Amino acid sequence: MDIVTSLFPNGVWHYTLGGLLIGAGVSLLYLTTGLQGGASSLFSSTLSFVSKQSYFQSESNLSSRGWRLIYALGMVLGAALIWQMAGLDIPTTELPAWQLIIGGFIAGFGARLGNGCTSGHGICGMASFDMSSILAVVVFLSTAIVTAQLISEALL
Amino acid sequence: MSVSYRLSVLIAGVLFGAGLTLSTMVQPESVLNFLNFDDFGLLLVLGCATGLTMLVYQLAPKAMRRPLLALSFSARPKQALQKTVLGAMLFGIGWGISGVCPAPAVAGLGAGNWPLLWTVLAMFAGAYVQGRWFAR
Repeated sequence: MDIVTSLFPNGVWHYTLGGLLIGAGVSLLYLTTGLQGGASSLFSSTLSFVSKQSYFQSESNLSSRGWRLIYALGMVLGAALIWQMAGLDIPTTELPAWQLIIGGFIAGFGARLGNGCTSGHGICGMASFDMSSILAVVVFLSTAIVTAQLISEALL
Repeated sequence: MSVSYRLSVLIAGVLFGAGLTLSTMVQPESVLNFLNFDDFGLLLVLGCATGLTMLVYQLAPKAMRRPLLALSFSARPKQALQKTVLGAMLFGIGWGISGVCPAPAVAGLGAGNWPLLWTVLAMFAGAYVQGRWFAR
């Protein structure tokens, strides 16, 4: 087996094109609006519609909640479009709900505490050569790999 | 926000969501396959997305005085390093448990991966607890 098939047993083209599409979206956002399009702030800024807490009512949440919601709506729409138009087979996840819920809670908390996730620190931060984002990516990739492999071991 | 501004944001999101879906990142199993070193596709996705964005982020401010529909290019937010590192550690642990990060959680709903609704709700809860009790 050559090295490409051993690293990418499911092929490389859908990853490459998908990654370029993501980059095109983040780039378009920047070229037109000047905004850096991380995803996780959406959760805090949207909470400003329902919580009167001072943190959620901050200027940055109030001023960004509109475009962040439109951006999220676009993501849902884009996923639906390519799913239907390209006739992609997307199996519904078989992960147990506890994993989706506990993982989601910790990831949501951590992303907001660290002010960024895979898109904010990963794509936008690294593309800006932001050293603290590059550090954040190294840290979260490391803890994610250790966590996922510990769980795999435990469940085997 | 003008109509063209809103439309640009929407189309940017459409491209982002389509890319996440085509690259199978809206399937937690794909992410966990990478984290378990069974398929390194996620690094290819992240690399291609970041590479293209890097070109635009580095060149656009030099080539154009301002974005097409706004007055200035936004700068990176500043934050205490300690918080960034602690937050990233926790984010990684959560991501390693579920295989879902924020953008794929949202986009996955459009691709019919309904169980990700659990993750979206849980992320709202996590963000609420952070903002309510742990912000400054």
